[in-house]
Amino acid sequence: MTMIFGVPLMVFMGQLMLGLINGAFYALLSLGLAVIFGLLKIVNFAHGAMYMLGAFATLLGFQYLGLNYWVALLLVPLVVGGLGMVIERLILRRIAHLDHLYGLLLTFGLALIFEGTLINFFGVSGSSYPTPAALQGGMNLGFMFLPTYRAWVLVAALVVCLGTWFVIERTRLGAYLRAGTENPALMQAFGVNVPQLITLTYGFGVALAAFAGVLAAPLYPVSPTMGSSLLIVVFAVVVIGGMGSILGAVITGLAMGLIEGLTKVYYPEAANTVIFLVMILVLLLRPAGLFGKEA
Amino acid sequence: MSQAAETLTEYHDLDGAEMLRVSDLHAFYGESHILHGVDFDVKRGELVTLLGRNGAGRSTTLKSIMNMVGHRTGSIVINGNETLGMKPHRIPRLGIGYCPEERGIFASLDVEENLLLPPTVRSGGMGIDEIYAMFPNLYERRHSQGTRLSGGEQQMLAMARILRTGARLLLLDEITEGLAPVIVQTLGEVLVKLKERGMTIVLVEQNFRFAAPLADRHFVMEHGRIIEEISAAELPSRREHLNSLLGV
Ligand SMILES: Nc1ncnc2c1ncn2[C@@H]1O[C@H](COP(=O)(O)OP(=O)(O)O)[C@@H](O)[C@H]1O
Ligand SMILES: [Mg+2]
Repeated sequence: MTMIFGVPLMVFMGQLMLGLINGAFYALLSLGLAVIFGLLKIVNFAHGAMYMLGAFATLLGFQYLGLNYWVALLLVPLVVGGLGMVIERLILRRIAHLDHLYGLLLTFGLALIFEGTLINFFGVSGSSYPTPAALQGGMNLGFMFLPTYRAWVLVAALVVCLGTWFVIERTRLGAYLRAGTENPALMQAFGVNVPQLITLTYGFGVALAAFAGVLAAPLYPVSPTMGSSLLIVVFAVVVIGGMGSILGAVITGLAMGLIEGLTKVYYPEAANTVIFLVMILVLLLRPAGLFGKEA
Repeated sequence: MSQAAETLTEYHDLDGAEMLRVSDLHAFYGESHILHGVDFDVKRGELVTLLGRNGAGRSTTLKSIMNMVGHRTGSIVINGNETLGMKPHRIPRLGIGYCPEERGIFASLDVEENLLLPPTVRSGGMGIDEIYAMFPNLYERRHSQGTRLSGGEQQMLAMARILRTGARLLLLDEITEGLAPVIVQTLGEVLVKLKERGMTIVLVEQNFRFAAPLADRHFVMEHGRIIEEISAAELPSRREHLNSLLGV
């Protein structure tokens, strides 16, 4: 059997694959955080709750309405993104003129409310959601067994991340976003409705989190606390990558997933902490983050 | 350059009618009361200057027109529309192009993206070829990052991007500030061309020698008020008085 530094190839590749899947979720979530932070300057602590709502909506839609996975994949980001827009319009906008710390506190409070409400109705134990029929099974690649659903998650997350990057860096709408991030007052003086742009941006960032939630439903137990535990790691990823870089968020997310996977192979005890160790190192050596602009 | 550069955009509709009237304008930044009853008017096709020493309130006047300051009272009528109650993003859609003192070139956009950024507010703006013909440097550097340009090129970009939008009234804040004489001269030629085409222009200037030959009327500001209006015809006889007001 082929060995990699004393570890069977199958095990090595399997852990790398798991790491990459986690990395795909980190990437999707930190991308949404970066998009929101760019224009709103708010660290969106409700992001994990939105991811959780995405997964829950998928589960409940299936249990009560019989919505299948593919419909959920389209519908849930729209609905949860819409909820995000309502939150921005009715709540966040009212405190937009205050120190951005208040936005952080407020979104943190919202996250607790969503989580607490769902715990009240469904408890903390997770439910499982069936893998969609078309994505069951897997393929033997010779050096490893690749479950179809995991391959799908990786592809879908990458396509959405790259699509988002393309829209922001290469289109006119993206130019509005970048310019609005730099100088919103001047954008208004050009006739751009910046408040509307902000609402749409928040909605889009939230929709990305909900999309990740739908992807996660068949993989992880769907529970009201699934978002908050993930979000802490995602924040570490964001600190490592640096706020404000779209591509940086995606690359750092994937890389941290891989590092986590590798640590699981060689030193499993540290697997849950390795990202935070990297975070501390980055904070000491390059406080603005790997892709952040030094202020 | 291409054929399109030959076709000139003209704005001579309704020459002489009132384009802008500012009456008893007060403006505040938070608690600070900056403008204390500003009154002036601009007719279509006119080029007027706002002169004054540093801190007189000229930039604040332009920002107030764009609804970019804190609180305002009084009246600002643009093209017959009272704009005091309008949202900031609606005001440019009345056909106004604003060029801020700090130029406002976006670092995250390249030159062409900067140029194409401001949405069209009126039909009949200049085409991109026409603009590149007017500012050949921008064409050469269209793929550079916006803030990599020299100060003069950034100023030209800040001007050029509002010509594309179809704006008929330009508010230009200190466009010659800190630029080499040859670039100042180019900007002067651009203003002459714009004026020939019927554009209405409010020019905030320190450089009076630049502004004098271009303007139809001069308004002098001090302590947040207009204290003097001098027409181009009166200028020779009142030059000394003006110099004493400006402290030059
Ligand atoms: N953002 C601001 N907040 C508070 N005061 C300001 C602000 N901008 C300008 N001022 C003050 O308003 C006055 C007028 O400034 P300004 O309109 O920029 O003058 P000018 O353009 O004629 O040099 C100055 O006293 C200046 O200090
Ligand atoms: Mg000024």
